[in-house]
This record gives sequence, C-alpha cells and structure tokens, in this order.
Amino acid sequence: MIKLIVDTLLSQVRTLWLVFLKLFKKKDTVEYPDQQPYMFPRWRGRIILSRDPDGEERCVACNLCAVACPVDCIALQKGEMEDGRWYPEFFRINFSRCIMCGFCEEACPTNAIQLTPDFEMAEYIRQDMVWEKEDLLINGTGKYHDYNFYRVAGKQIEGKDKGEALNEAAPVDVRSLLP
Amino acid sequence: MAEVVVDGVVYKVNPDNNMLQECLSQGLDLPYFCWHPCMGSVGACRQCAVKQYRDADDKDGVLVMACMTPATDGTIISIEDPQAKDMREKVIESLMISHPHDCPVCEEGGECHLQDMTLMSGHNYRRYDKKKITHRNQYLGPFINHEMNRCITCYRCVRFYDDYAGGTDLAAQASHHHTYFGRYEEGVLESEFSGNLVEVCPTGVFTDKAFSENYTRKWDLQVAPSVCTGCSVGCNTTPGERYGSLRRIVNRYNSEINGYFICDRGRFGFDYVNSEDRIKVPLTLNGTGMEAVSDEELQAAIESYRGADVIGIASPRASNESNFALRSLVGHENFYSGISDSEHEATQLILSLARDTVFNFPSVREIEKADAILVVGEDITNIAPRIALALRQSVKNKAKELAEGCNIPTWQDAAVKELAQHDRSPLAILSSFTTRLDDVASDVLIDSPSALPGIASAIAYKISDKAPSVNSNENANSRIADQLVSAKRPLVIAGSSAGNIGLIQAAANIARALNDKRGEPIDLCLVVPEVNTIGMSMLVNGTNSLGVALNKLQSGAATKVIVLENDLYRHASSTEVDAALDKANGVLVIDQMPTRTTAKASTLLPSTSFSEHEATYVNYEGRAQLSFQVHRSHTSALPAWSWLSEQQREDIDVLINRCAEEAPNFNKLDNLLPDLNEFVASMKIPRQSHRYSGRTAMKANLNVHEPKQPVDDQSVMSFSMEGIPVTSDTPVLGAAWAPAWNSNQSISKFQEEVNGELKQGHIGELLIERNESGDYLDVTTPKVSDSGLQLSIAYQIFGSDELSAKSSRIQQRMTDAYVAISPSDAQSLGLNQGDEVSLDSNQHVAVACIRSKIKEGTAALYCGDNDIDRHALGATIALTKITDANLSRGIKGLIVSDLYEEGC
Amino acid sequence: MSLEIGSFLSIGLILGVVIITAALLITVERRLLGFWQERLGPNRVGWFGSLQVVADMIKIFTKEDWVPPFADKFSFVIAPGIIMTVVLLSFAVIPFAPNIGVIDSNIGVLFILAMASLGAYSVMLGGLSSDNKYALLGSLRAAAQMVSYEVFMGISLLGVVALTGSFNMREIVESQADGWYIIPQFIGFVIFLIAGVAESHRLPFDIPEAEQEICAGYHTEYSGMKFGMFFVAEYIGLVLISSLITVLFFGGWLGPEFLPPILWFSIKAFAFIAFFILMRAAVPRPRYDQLMSYGWLFLLPLSLVNLLITGVIILSMQ
Repeated sequence: MIKLIVDTLLSQVRTLWLVFLKLFKKKDTVEYPDQQPYMFPRWRGRIILSRDPDGEERCVACNLCAVACPVDCIALQKGEMEDGRWYPEFFRINFSRCIMCGFCEEACPTNAIQLTPDFEMAEYIRQDMVWEKEDLLINGTGKYHDYNFYRVAGKQIEGKDKGEALNEAAPVDVRSLLP
Repeated sequence: MAEVVVDGVVYKVNPDNNMLQECLSQGLDLPYFCWHPCMGSVGACRQCAVKQYRDADDKDGVLVMACMTPATDGTIISIEDPQAKDMREKVIESLMISHPHDCPVCEEGGECHLQDMTLMSGHNYRRYDKKKITHRNQYLGPFINHEMNRCITCYRCVRFYDDYAGGTDLAAQASHHHTYFGRYEEGVLESEFSGNLVEVCPTGVFTDKAFSENYTRKWDLQVAPSVCTGCSVGCNTTPGERYGSLRRIVNRYNSEINGYFICDRGRFGFDYVNSEDRIKVPLTLNGTGMEAVSDEELQAAIESYRGADVIGIASPRASNESNFALRSLVGHENFYSGISDSEHEATQLILSLARDTVFNFPSVREIEKADAILVVGEDITNIAPRIALALRQSVKNKAKELAEGCNIPTWQDAAVKELAQHDRSPLAILSSFTTRLDDVASDVLIDSPSALPGIASAIAYKISDKAPSVNSNENANSRIADQLVSAKRPLVIAGSSAGNIGLIQAAANIARALNDKRGEPIDLCLVVPEVNTIGMSMLVNGTNSLGVALNKLQSGAATKVIVLENDLYRHASSTEVDAALDKANGVLVIDQMPTRTTAKASTLLPSTSFSEHEATYVNYEGRAQLSFQVHRSHTSALPAWSWLSEQQREDIDVLINRCAEEAPNFNKLDNLLPDLNEFVASMKIPRQSHRYSGRTAMKANLNVHEPKQPVDDQSVMSFSMEGIPVTSDTPVLGAAWAPAWNSNQSISKFQEEVNGELKQGHIGELLIERNESGDYLDVTTPKVSDSGLQLSIAYQIFGSDELSAKSSRIQQRMTDAYVAISPSDAQSLGLNQGDEVSLDSNQHVAVACIRSKIKEGTAALYCGDNDIDRHALGATIALTKITDANLSRGIKGLIVSDLYEEGC
Repeated sequence: MSLEIGSFLSIGLILGVVIITAALLITVERRLLGFWQERLGPNRVGWFGSLQVVADMIKIFTKEDWVPPFADKFSFVIAPGIIMTVVLLSFAVIPFAPNIGVIDSNIGVLFILAMASLGAYSVMLGGLSSDNKYALLGSLRAAAQMVSYEVFMGISLLGVVALTGSFNMREIVESQADGWYIIPQFIGFVIFLIAGVAESHRLPFDIPEAEQEICAGYHTEYSGMKFGMFFVAEYIGLVLISSLITVLFFGGWLGPEFLPPILWFSIKAFAFIAFFILMRAAVPRPRYDQLMSYGWLFLLPLSLVNLLITGVIILSMQ
C-alpha cells in the first residue's frame, strides 16, 4: 500500500521532470511559410486525375471513389466513347468537404485518382473549392507510371482488339469444331 | 415438413424442394450460379457443393451438390465443412480463369452475382498463368449489350430465353471451353422478354444497353417500389433515378404477379419521363398561341372549371386518385369514361363478371398453375406480355405431372424436360391471325372476327348443354372442350382489346359451362389494354360512356370539359372528337406529353409521370397496388390529383382514404397505405441506399452550400439515405440488398421462403367482392358486310401502349402501321409485301404485310402509334394500293421470326 | 502617496498587476505548453509572440456577445461577474510585501476559504442558466468538485494556522522567519497543492469543462467577453493559488536581503505558476469518480492525520 502510494507519487514526479526537460530540447515546429516543409510523395493533399502512359484519361467512371468517399464529396457521371472506352462526363470534387482521407485513391482500380503533396488549397470563396474535371485532370501519370487499365481489361477499345489484352488468347472461332 | 440438419442445426423444410433452395429459404448463405428460383436445378456449375452425411455417426461424408439433393427427412449436410468450402473455392477459381479484368467498366459491377459469389467462396487471386479465352461480341438490338468474355457458362441465359420464355434465337454454340452464348448471326433479340437476361445472367454478359448509356451504379440510384404502367398486368418494378433523370427499371419481385420477370415494354418503355417534350409549365390559350401564365391567372382559369356545365373525361392510364379527384370535382353524373364506347361496354361486362361467384380472375401465379388453357381472340403476348410468359409456364404443367408420376422431383429441370419432350399441357388459341404463342399451342383455330364468337359458343355448348345451344361438328371444338373439362385447373382467357364483346361473352359462357360441369369457380382471365382501365371503369357510371360525353359537348349540354391524362383521339374517331372539342367553351387538359388532345386545350396543365407521384392502380384482376414516388419532378408538373383536388395539393393519403370511403368497391383501398406508426421510432424508409454517393458534390456546381434534402411529408418514404435500414423489417422494399448479396439474387433474403411471399407483404388488395350470380350471356356477333375485308385489330408490344411508345428505346423496335392479309387476298388485291395501301380510300395509310396464317377475308390492322384513326373504320375495310406514295414506311420493326415463314 | 497597506496606490498596484499578470499568463501558458510539447507556441505577434495577448484581447472584446435565447438571462449574465469578483476580492488579504497589501486581516485564511466557496456559485449558475446539457453536467461536476475539495483544503491549512497560532496571513509569513512551513507541513502542502488545483479547476482537474467529454462544460454557451471573464478568472485563480502557496508554505516575501521582498514574493509565486502549467502539460485528467473517491477516501483522512500529528507535536513541544 505504502509502496503503491510512493511509486505513484514518484511516477508523477518523474513525469513532471521529464516533461520539464523538454524545455531544452530542439523544437519540431517548421515555421511555414518562412520555411517550406518537405512533403513526402505519398502525402495526402490535393486530388488529381491522371492519364495513362498513352496520354488517355485513366478514369473509367467506375464510381468506386465516389462510393468509398466517407463525406460523399465526389460526384461523376459515366460516359462512353465511340470505341467503348468509359470516361467521366463530369467529375466533380467538392474540396470544401474533402477530408483528404485517400480512400478514393485506395479504391481506384485504374490508378486514375491520386492524392498529391500539394496542400495549399485555401480559397477566400467557398464556391472556388468545387473542382471540375478540367481542374483535376493533369497531363501525366502521377505516382504510377506504367499502369494502363485497358491493356489489362478484356473490353475491346480502339487500337486493342479482342484477345490483345494482357494474357489473352485470340478470339475463339465459334464455328470451329477443333478442340 | 421434413427435418434436415445443416451444420448441426435442425431446420424444418419442405421435402418437395432441394437442399439449396431450402438453405436459402432458411437464410443461409450458399453460393450458386446455374440454379434459379424459377428455373429449377441442373447441377451444372458445381458451385453449391456441400458435404452430405449418411447419418449422425458418419464423420466422413461425401461432397454433393445441394441443388441436386432433395430435402428429404433426415438429410444431414454441412456447408461449413472445410472440404466443401475448398471445393467451392476451387470451382469458382476455375470459373474465373477466363473472366476478364473488367469490373470497373462493367455495368453489372456492384450488383453482380459473380462478384458476390467469388467473395463468398473466398477466391481472390488468379493462379492460372495461361491465357484467357476471348470471344467476339454480337449486336443484339437496342435493348441488350453483349460482352461474351465475361461468361462463366452457367447456361442460365439459354435456360431462361429458350426454355422459360420460348425464344428461339439465342443458343449455346461451340463446345468445351469455347462455349458461346449468342445468336446464329448478329441481330435483334426477338423475345419480348429479352430484357430479363440482364437480371438472369449472373455476371455482365448481357447488360442493359439503355441503362449503360445513362449509367449509374446500383447503390447510387434513388429507388422506390413502383408498379409498371405499360399494361393491365401491373407488374411490380423498381425504377431508379439519379441526377434528376430516370435511369432504369428493374423487376421487383411479387409472388402473385410478375415473380422474377417483366417484359421489355415495362423494362425499356420509360424514358419519355426524361423527355424534353414533356409539358413543363401550365399554359393557357391566349389569342393565337399557348403561353405561360401567372399563378393568379392560372388559379382563375382552373376555378372557372367548376359548375354544372363542366364534364370530366377520365383516363385509363391515370391513377385511381386522379380519376377520383376528377370525379369529386365534376360530380359523379358528369364524370365520363375515357375509353372507346365498345371498350367501355366490354369493360363494364368484365366488371359484372368480376362480381360473379362462378369465376375467379386468376393472378399471374395462378395462371402458371393452369393445365388446360383456351385463349379466345386475344393476342396475349402483345396485350399483356407477362401473362403470355405465364402461359408458357402453364403448358409445362404436363411435364411436371409426368415427372410426379415417375417420382422425379419437379425441380430437376433437365430430367423433367427430357421426360416430357414436346408433351405439353393443352393450350388452344382462337384468333383471326397467328399469335406469338402458336409455338406452344396445341390447337390454333384461325377464323374471321365474326366467326370466332360462334366457335367459342360451340365449345361452351360442348362442355355443358346448359349453355346456349350452338351446333358444330368440328373435331377441334370437342377436343378443346374435353381438355378443359378433364383438366385439373382449366383457364379461359379473353379480353377487351380485340374490340369484340362477343368473345368475352362466349369466354364467360365457356367458364360458366365448366363451372356447371365441375361445380367450382373457374379461372377466367379477362385482360384489358391499359394499366388502370379497370380502376377507372369502377369509378365511372355504366351509362357515362365517352360517346355520350362527346355528344353532350357537341350538343351544347355541357360547355366545358376537363380531359384527364387522355388522348381522346385514341378512343374515338377524329371527327367526333374534333367536333366536340371545337364546340366546347373551355378545354382543360392535364397530361404529361403533348398529344393531339393537348393541342386542342385552352388550359393545359402538366402532370407528373408514374415515377414522380404516389398513386394506386387496379390491374386486370381487380387488384389495387400502390406505386410510390421515386423522384421529384423538376418542372411545374403536379400529380393530376393535385391539380384537381379541392384544396390544391391535397395529401395523397387523405385522397386515398376519401376514395376508399366514397367510391363503392374501393373500400379496401386504404389497406394499401403502410402505417407509419409501425416503423421504428416513426423513422421513414429511405429511397436512397446506405451507400448513396456524391451527396455533397452532386449539386455543388450550382451552389457549394448544399440544399436541404427535400422533405416528403406525404409518403412513408424519404428522399434521403437515412431511416430504417433495408435489411430490417421495412414494410416497403425498394431495391433488395442484403449483406454479401449485392445482386438481385438477394431477394431470397426478403422472401418468407424461396418463391414465397415477400416478408414485406404488399401483394396488393383485391377490390371487387364476388357476391352475385349470373347466367349464360347472349353472344353478340359483329355485323359485317360482305364487301371488303373483316377488320381485326392487331397490337404490338412495342408501340400499342401510348406512353411507352414515346420512349426512344421502344421507338427503335416499333413498326409503322401495317395491315396484315392473307396471300390469296393479297393476290386478288394485287398487293405485294411492303406495298403501301390506303384504308377505305381515305388518308390512312398502312403497309401491307402478307402472312400465311391469317384467315382469308380478314385484315389484321395494326394502327402504329395511333397513326390510323381506327374508330372511324367500320367492321370491314377496303384496301387500295397506293402507287405514288412516297412515305418510306416499313415493317422492319416486326419480329423477324414473325415474318420468317413469309420469306421477308 | 506612500506605499503602505491599504493605500490607494497599493490597492491600484495589486489590482493592476494581478489582472495584467493574469492576461499575460494566457500567452505565457501557451508558450510554455508549446515548449514542453517540443513546439514553439505562438510566436507571430510581436517580439517572440509577446503581443499575442493583445491580439487575443482584441479578438475577445470584439466577438459577438451572444446570450442564448433559451438561457436564464439574469443568472447567465451575473455568473462570470461573480467569479471575477470573488477571486479579485481574495487578493485583499494576500500579503505581497511588508508594505504592500489591501488589508491586514486577523481572519485572512478564513476570508480566502470563504471567497473560494462563493466561487462555486458562479460556475453553478453559469451552467444551470445556460439550459444546455453539457453546461448542466459541467456545473454539476464543478459544484461537487469544489465543495468536496474545499473541505480538505481548509483542513490542510490548519497545520499552518496551528503552528502560527493565528489566521492572520502577515503573522503566518512573519512566523516563517526561522524556517518555511514547507518542512513541518510537507503533507499539508501537498494536499493544499492538489486541492488548490481542483479548486481552480485547472488541468489535470478540469473535469467541469473537459472538452473531450462535455464540450466546454459550464461555459459552453458563453461567448465574447463573458467567456473572457471566466477565462481570465481562471488565470487570476492560478495567480491566487500560487500566491497562497508562497505565503503559507514558502515564507511569502521573506528572503535574503539583496532583493526587495516584493521580488522574492513574485519569484516564488511565478515558480508555482510555472509548476501548474507544467502539470497541465504533463499530467492526464483523471476520471470524475476517481477524483471524488481520491479526495474523500484518501486526501481527507490524510489531512486529518496531518492535523492530528501537528497538534500532538505542538502540545508535546509546549
């Protein structure tokens, strides 16, 4: 009992002492904006839409980012090109709601939506925080350089016939009786 | 009841079913592909493997397919057994070997049975390092997309399309792992039920093309339980809305009516709702043209339609509430039927038969139980398509009967089919021309419209000599009579669409004769053309026909008229309608889309479409059903009942209750309203799924400050994702979803048992009490002159319904007005296939369509989208070939196999 | 005008210095907390953030002073005034230096305890009149906590009083010329320290306004300068408790001659202010029930034992 009381008391005193010693430690604060902090590449900041290595839009409007979003701040509508490619007719992120959780990037099956280290997104007018596809789409692949969804997917698009995707055999001749 | 043990738990199950079905009935999760609640088991996919034990001491057990194992008393199985689980995982791994990496760009994604089952079975990584098999896709018409790569060869598509729905142009081709499901060559899928492939296919091979062009994932759709307004069957549907436009319609299970399937008219005939042509604002006639008015002026204009000289014309496609509100406004005596006089007479006859105790108006489920059927003069496939699909099932009752005789369970689909071969229950069709059910019919008697009532009367007399005596020595007649008498559950079908009241009278006589013979209520199915023809007719006085109303206007006895959601030109001849409306002092028209009638309006009010308001409709059997509002109208349109009710915007609940009190026969209508007090903490039922996305962004382009969710203070449903979760006991079921079951197969979680009633109930309320007894009717025979051809009206599933015909999808399948004649008549008239002919030498032009299976001397006229003023035509018509016409009409929209035999 | 007890100069000086110190403490605390958390703390306004307090004052004065429509207006308005008044009144009996003070009262210690008890009304009224469940919970907690801890706060001081033989604060200071009471009354000091923190509901005993649980407790509905008064009163209370410890256990103004007495007093008081801030930086908040049982089941017996032993020793020494 006495030992418990003494131990507890000493532990409190030790805590106070250790915290007091922090007075003489180097401070962690980075004095932004006088000093630019180092942003890690996987920092979750401003969201962009990337293009595949061939320069086509990566987003296929599958809606997974929108449904993964915990604050429901992504809205989009699927459109379809002549050749069967899916793309977003509009793609809107309401950054005034976004919490930069990165779930959309996790959910994206085509690496289209990515979070970047840019965090300087403050606006004086809230309406300016609603970004449309034109604002989001960049001319590059972002963090993932080689992935092209349509080279893997089975859907036929211009320049990639049936059977030409990764790991695909040529289309079957239904009329053939050969094994 | 049998007792079976599943994973150590004892369940009481139905021994007539298989273990898979019973496991699902008990709410257990067991993966499957090839089995379908409506199509039985074939044991093809091997996905429902379970361990079966001989007895309690058996520790080893054997792997069996649950779908092929009868649920007999004492069966012991294990779903959780490691070996069974491993087997299921391996099976799905092999099914997935060639499945493409498509989910993000697949319309099925998010409601895919294959996704669900893959997750449930535990497979996640493709270990097979060889190449994936690929296939070329086919063009399958405007309704269905084909993406054959995604196929897992479960054979459900052909089992539905060929075996269940009687299609002929979709088949499994090639062999082994090259198996291909498609048409012999690219082309439009012919079956009227092709849309169901979207729901039957467990993955994304067949997807909804219309939906794909306006695509939204299932979880993003705002849905509510609705009722199809395409025909009088009243199939239950779930329309889905996103970003203010109606996106798609899928089937909503109803054990008594549509079950798991709806027709293509119901599935694809909705996009007029999104049409730019919709009437958007109230308009009044001002000098020369229609123009928008201020609220006060509008109010004054509406107020002027009160008084004794105002009559109201009802509508067969408007809800009970709208019709009732109109009746309350103008008074019962000034409330007139909105259907043609002949149809009005027929419908009133149907209503009197509906009260007769010797008949039973069967539901679709009951139709499927019939084992001898006589169709009197109706082209069911084009009038009430879902009933035609049911008839294709009832002819299989013979096979089931044979199977029971051989101790084969009826769910053993392949065995039952093999046993019966082409042995079917008798289905006899009396018609003037060939119909789409001929391929399963045992007898097709084709005769002229004037002769058909006589034949039917002869059958009645053959059945019972109490029927009015008609002499006939036809073998076919006695055969049909015998079949009906000896059947377990005979069924007689007729209807008002043929425009021949004699057929209904004769059909009623046949049913009454059967009743004389058998002493039990006889199934008599009388179909009507439009969704609420019965409901409207129940509100109208028998003497208040449309003709009387038009006369009253023309004679000046009434000066003003309110036309409720009705194009009068479809129900009376142009000259009559023109004369009446031109004479009228004021014409108030309420409608959704512009019609020839709205063009005559002096005040035009926009009304909401079926998905934009809550309303009840009465189907062919007198069953009232409640259809909920799915989304809000973004125009000034109001529900028609709202325009007409005493205080504008009267509450729908109040109106339904008032209708139940005031209108005879409608006293059970208020039972349809779900009670908000039953709900957990009075929470409402959300129209949006718990996964509804984009709420804070979808309107952010307009204003970053999000608007409040619209409040629905009239309904038990809310325009929000908050409320009672779908999984718990909501009394209203929009879209089915259960944990781990994202596809429509999750419906089993909401059924009392597989194929049973929904836990939610709500199968509607049969309004008409049977408490009268009648007698044999005198059969009217149409009076025809000897010159010209006897006129028989033909219908098309795509085009004959007014509103669905305004949908762009349906329009792609519609055909121009045609007149079908026999080859000998064609020869005598000098007509060739595709020639343009004028009817009765006036401006009406149709395309000649020569068909071998049509009675000589009869012309089957299809009026197109009311292209032909058919009410101006007599019982016979004269055809004249037009040589100089340059109208480029055609009959391309006709189903190819309809014309195949004609070499067209 | 000379600087003597009860003179206007003395009163004005005390009032001014106490309030300005309390205001400055807002900045000092934030800076110190920053340092102890390896941060810099506010350093943007003025030289090393020295004008932060000015910015804060401007902000708090110009904020909308909103009274909730559902609140009981009268009690809502007077509540912050009560606490300001009672803590400031307490300073009347504090002997800052031989010649600086407001009154030389024979019942100084009792006066302090009486004022501390009145302080409980302020938080209770503030919470109750807000008509807000968080505020109500906060005020309930505050009332129970303050009433409880007053008990052993008083008892813990009785050792000092017994040793001096007087309630007069000046006599208490002067009697420490031979040795500070921290040595004979160490246990009394510890109990008073803990009770003092609880009484001024500073961290770790800020249970009445625990943000993580009950929003901001009794002052949830307060804004503008009314909130500011609660806020500043807390810091004045902090100065008061530190001054009391200095007076009662550390010899008040007493110290070597090379510094004036008032400076000795200030240095000692500031050391305790810093210690309280350190406690805020280092010690986590206990649960409410832990706080109450700790007080009644441990501190109360301990303080009684302390008083008993002190009494016995004093009697045996006579």
